[in-house]
Amino acid sequence: MNWLRKNLFNTWYNSLLTVVCLALLFWVARSVLNWAITQAQWEVIGVNLRLFFVGRFPPTLYWRVWIALALASALLALTWGVFFSKQRVSSLRIIFFSLIGCSILFFLPLDLNTRLWLQGIVILIFAAFWFGGRLSSAIASWLSLAWLLSFSLVFWLIGGGFGLRSVPTNLWNGLLLTLLMAGVSIVLSFPIGVLLALGRTSNLPVIRWLCILYIEIIRGLPLIGILFFAQVMFPLFLPGEVRLDRVLRAITGLVLFSAAYMAENVRGGLQAIPRGQIEAAKALGLNASLVVLLIVLPQALRIAIPAIVGQFIGLFKDTSLLSLVGLLELTGIARSILAQPQFLGQYAQVYLFIGLIYWLFCYSMSLAARRLEKQLVHEK
Amino acid sequence: MHNFKSSLGRGRSFWHIIVQLITVFLVAFLVAILWINLNRNLQQLGIQFGFDFLKQQASFDIGETPIAYKPSDTYSRALWVGLINSLRVAIAGMFLATIVGIFAGIARLSDNWLVRNISVVYVEVFRNTPLLLQLLFWYSAVFLSLPNTENKISFFNIVYLSQNGVQFPWFKLSSEFFALLMGLTCYTGAFIAEIVRGGIQSVPKGQWEAARSLGLKPSLVMRLVIFPQALRVIVPPLTSQYLNLTKNSSLAIAVGYPDIYFVASTTFNQTGRAVEVMFLIMFTYLTLSLTISVVMNFFNRMVMIKER
Repeated sequence: MNWLRKNLFNTWYNSLLTVVCLALLFWVARSVLNWAITQAQWEVIGVNLRLFFVGRFPPTLYWRVWIALALASALLALTWGVFFSKQRVSSLRIIFFSLIGCSILFFLPLDLNTRLWLQGIVILIFAAFWFGGRLSSAIASWLSLAWLLSFSLVFWLIGGGFGLRSVPTNLWNGLLLTLLMAGVSIVLSFPIGVLLALGRTSNLPVIRWLCILYIEIIRGLPLIGILFFAQVMFPLFLPGEVRLDRVLRAITGLVLFSAAYMAENVRGGLQAIPRGQIEAAKALGLNASLVVLLIVLPQALRIAIPAIVGQFIGLFKDTSLLSLVGLLELTGIARSILAQPQFLGQYAQVYLFIGLIYWLFCYSMSLAARRLEKQLVHEK
Repeated sequence: MHNFKSSLGRGRSFWHIIVQLITVFLVAFLVAILWINLNRNLQQLGIQFGFDFLKQQASFDIGETPIAYKPSDTYSRALWVGLINSLRVAIAGMFLATIVGIFAGIARLSDNWLVRNISVVYVEVFRNTPLLLQLLFWYSAVFLSLPNTENKISFFNIVYLSQNGVQFPWFKLSSEFFALLMGLTCYTGAFIAEIVRGGIQSVPKGQWEAARSLGLKPSLVMRLVIFPQALRVIVPPLTSQYLNLTKNSSLAIAVGYPDIYFVASTTFNQTGRAVEVMFLIMFTYLTLSLTISVVMNFFNRMVMIKER
């Protein structure tokens, strides 16, 4: 009662606002519930669930996707555990949460196989988190190597080759493709972005101006324009014999695009490094390239981590634009499902569903970015 | 000593020049290879580079024409129509997104729990889903599900809503335009709300207390004391949101609103002139971006602290 008076009805205009908002909320909730229960048909989600997540990936090879997912999420949890190793989370709590996760998954309306895989992955995630927290000092230096390795491993699992049956890129669809595209683009744009940032802050005028030119032109263009460029113009720029497939062209477009933004994020980190650091490093007798490599870059990248996570969120959302150049990632597959005659006009259900998927990913990443930022400030 | 220093300096600048020359050479080499490939490929397709095609007849129709246009007009006329459509939605979007953003940003700092949390939900939902999806939702799920023109919904007999758009007493907006505008406004508004909140929170607490102790009402405290100071923090990131909004307006193609990108890509489909169309798109968006930057920099100088 006291809380109500303090937070909702402390002055007359606040009371008025509360009443108006409540009425509005009530009206919205009633019409949405009414629509969701009586009018909307939700079979479209259940029937196409597989399409949304993995598209037309061959069902007999799902185990490869599951292993790739397990690998990526375990590594993510491990990294998270290493980052937050200072704040000890008790083993009991970890076990408790993993049990809760498993039991929730047990009651999901999915087939047994899927539930078992998901439960295994949940346990793996918590185990990896535990390991990361306990053995942080031993693992920390190997993390980047592990990421690189698992990155190629994931690609091998999805794409095949080297003893596995190969899966052509036009069968990579749905959420799988969305995650792959966002991951590949951010990883590939990272080295280019770092080079561009260094070039932009270099004291060699020609290199500086070339980098500025590239960064500013790309940042002035809409992504859809760059994707159009990648789809239509790349084949024109390459010798006639070389044929890039659609997914590869889209990746090149995304990398060209996000490298410019990555460069600006890294530059922000570079500029935050006090001059004293560089002078001290020089005084130790390091030459210019070693100063950058050993002193400046590690600190700058550390400062830039939250901004890079933010960029990754943006890129994850931007992969939806690939549906406009004919790729069947999450949005693309949703549109192709909606084009089928039996699901005609069921836009709201489908878009709300994939919106929820996008939201879950983006929101959890933005929460993670906030925690990371706090942690980095804390460690200073 | 002097000699040693200058020889070191010379040595260094010598290497600097060499490195830069190599870079220039490499870039020129790359561009040359690409250019040769391009020319060879274009020759094979039988296309010659040039902007003469702009004077040809466009022979496609445009859904929305703020200036007179018919299919027998030239491509350049069609592109002008597209540009004006782009400007229309971008300017309206900036205006509305700013209003929405300021309201939502202030609401997030309100001492009313309900208002604060409605704003939080709004910001987190719209910021964390793709704009393209929001546009598709507004267009397909909202506008296409509205009744047709005969059974349009009326609000107090002033505003009419139907599949064909929104009818105000003195003007009419097409559903494509309105869906795009709603999408851009809600999406960018959520980002601006965060910027406004950050700006207001950056004003020291003493300013609030001082203003209140002068006897100003809460609304006046906000308008006269806090907001002008917050603007200094708000304007630079606001500029980049305006730039984003303008670039994002190119997603019009998803809902079929004929903006510059849409018209340009139709032009490409009809003429096959990828290079020229790409140049046009680049030129247009870079000019738009530059204009917004210049205007906002001017505005930024106006709100900056003036030292007396």
